[in-house]
Amino acid sequence: MRKTVAGLLAGISLMFASGTSAQSQELTIFWAEWDPANYLQELVNEYEAETGVKVTVETTPWADFQTKAFTEFNAKGSAYDMVVGDSQWIGAASEAGHYVDLTEFFNKHKLNEVMAPATVKYYSEYPANSSKYWSIPAEGDAVGWSYRKDWFEDPKEMEAFKAKYGYDLAPPKDWKQLRDIAEFFHRPDQKRYGIAIYTDNSYDGLVMGVENAIFSFGGELGDYSTYKVDGIINSEKNVKALETYRELYGFTPPGWAKSFFVENNQAITENLAAMSMNYFAFFPALVNEASNPNAKVTGFFANPAGPNGDQYAALGGQGISIVSYSENKEEAMKFLEWFIKDETQKRWAELGGYTASAKVLESEEFQNATPYNKAFYETMFKVKDFWATPEYAELLIQMNQRIYPYVTAGQGTAKEALDALAKDWNATFKKYGRH
Amino acid sequence: MATVVMTSLDSKSRAASRGLSDIKIRNLFIIPTILFLIVFNIFPLIYSLGYSFTDFRASTNAPAAFVGLQNYRELLNDPFIWANFAITAKYVIVSVTGQVVVGFGTAMLLNREIPFKGLITTLLLLPMMLSMAVVGLFWKLLYDPSFGIINYALGLGSFEWLANPDMALYAVAITDIWMWSPFVMLLSLAGLSAVPRHLYEAAAIDRAGPFYTFFHITLPLVAPILMIAVIFRTMEAFKTFDLAYILTSQPTTEVISIRLYKMAFQEWQTGRSCALAYIVLIMVLAITNIYVKYLNRVKER
Repeated sequence: MRKTVAGLLAGISLMFASGTSAQSQELTIFWAEWDPANYLQELVNEYEAETGVKVTVETTPWADFQTKAFTEFNAKGSAYDMVVGDSQWIGAASEAGHYVDLTEFFNKHKLNEVMAPATVKYYSEYPANSSKYWSIPAEGDAVGWSYRKDWFEDPKEMEAFKAKYGYDLAPPKDWKQLRDIAEFFHRPDQKRYGIAIYTDNSYDGLVMGVENAIFSFGGELGDYSTYKVDGIINSEKNVKALETYRELYGFTPPGWAKSFFVENNQAITENLAAMSMNYFAFFPALVNEASNPNAKVTGFFANPAGPNGDQYAALGGQGISIVSYSENKEEAMKFLEWFIKDETQKRWAELGGYTASAKVLESEEFQNATPYNKAFYETMFKVKDFWATPEYAELLIQMNQRIYPYVTAGQGTAKEALDALAKDWNATFKKYGRH
Repeated sequence: MATVVMTSLDSKSRAASRGLSDIKIRNLFIIPTILFLIVFNIFPLIYSLGYSFTDFRASTNAPAAFVGLQNYRELLNDPFIWANFAITAKYVIVSVTGQVVVGFGTAMLLNREIPFKGLITTLLLLPMMLSMAVVGLFWKLLYDPSFGIINYALGLGSFEWLANPDMALYAVAITDIWMWSPFVMLLSLAGLSAVPRHLYEAAAIDRAGPFYTFFHITLPLVAPILMIAVIFRTMEAFKTFDLAYILTSQPTTEVISIRLYKMAFQEWQTGRSCALAYIVLIMVLAITNIYVKYLNRVKER
């Protein structure tokens, strides 16, 4: 009997020992289901070949990404060692203790100098200007535009456009030109439409779309350090920006009231619209002839400037963080050390990922690698983002509730929508003691 | 009474002959079931009731602080929540009325001798066998203003169904009516087939017209079973989430369950969403209670 018990105990110990050893050789990164996640899987396969540590990129559809990630965090689950989380999550995830503090790692590797400044500010640092870092910029991204070069370069169209608007038809330099071109190509009787913009209000689609107008019109969402919103979110600049966005909605294809990245790429691939707003991360599909029959005649441009010359774009992209509940934190840290190396970042960009490494972004090689990389490079140095406070989800829903009826149905005025939003946000900040 | 005793003894002796006494049956089946219900139904119910009186947020590691009735008070004073309830009520009325009219009408048509009656009935039942997500995506294509078959068939050009805030709720209700009218039809058919034929024969002898026959024979006798269909469909329509969520994201289609989902899993306001869930539960119970009372009254007649 004693022998049996001893044998059993030895067996159990061996099982646990081998289990721990096997676990330390495996890492799981959680991300949303899209092309960059596939590129990351290709990249980490090379890490496995180098080190023997198997890294799996587990994905879920965008619609479930936030819910699934936070459900796992809330349960303090160790299913994921790292997460490539949205920039807005950083406040909620760091304050709740879901992310490992990477400040020391950040400073040791001087990532402030290595990565593009905007990516450090929005993907890594929380609270703003605190020099506390929670993520390593992983997938840089921002909103840009694709357009139909063949429509734009058609001599008849060019002549007609010049006759109507008095200047040459070309990729727009400002939002007025963007509006004119959208109006010019909007021909419902020919089933051709002017523009495709973000309108989906389920998460951040519409808000990011409107942000492109707000930031370029010289507006802001609020003061991120004092939480002041009165006179900022409902400023005259923002009212004009929202009115312009509403006007652009009038030039979209029919049924465009719940459109996000998939539909906006379809607008180009299915000959629906002359111009389409989308994150740069979705542009690889547009230069691929297998997924876009118009690949050869698709061009790209950065978000145009506003009436006063301000030129900004809404930030997309994500940083990579170590989950506090991971059982492989040390191994994850070693992976991050490999990930931030210059050669890894270069390889990441070659595979299709949007590196945040300033050195790689500035290289001629990167900028000439695709028809849109130059526009991406220019945009990444003039991006702004949504609130990253822990209550960002409430702020996002309130913004959707206020601006969606105005943009898609013309209910009320832009001023009324933004005044109401300022009131909502004030109440939310008051509720959480931010004032 | 004697029969009851005999039956009871018979079942006892049968169970005993298989070696299953009452005590064993209780220990093997009833107690595990009760424990299962307590662990997975009753406990979460009580636990969430507790949370509804706190400011707990599942996304943070902060402990829950007791706030009394604050969540309930704030929710009941929130105009957005009342707007969500109003949308839900409108949806329930349109959807359930549509299902009863279409379902009962179809049952009336099928309650006569027609060729391929069995096949037609089976085909009509197909919509309710599909998953909600599939139905939602399928109808999204049908409603598409560019290539959707509905606009083509009705000659509506590029009429917006789902992008139009005034139309979107009706579009969701039409889909729900298409999906669940067969359920009402099925129950109605059962009710109609149970109406004694001699009542119609007597009405025919008395030269009663079809209008009189319908309102004085058919409807009163089918009413109890129809009421059961209405109760089921009202409860389901009140809880609608999938169809409205998949088909459209209009604020005018944000029924209360969508608001509850956003509050609980996007905003992570756990305590507040528990309170809202209880408000919804109380409302569903109240409505069901009214229906059941009415059903009992109909049965007594």
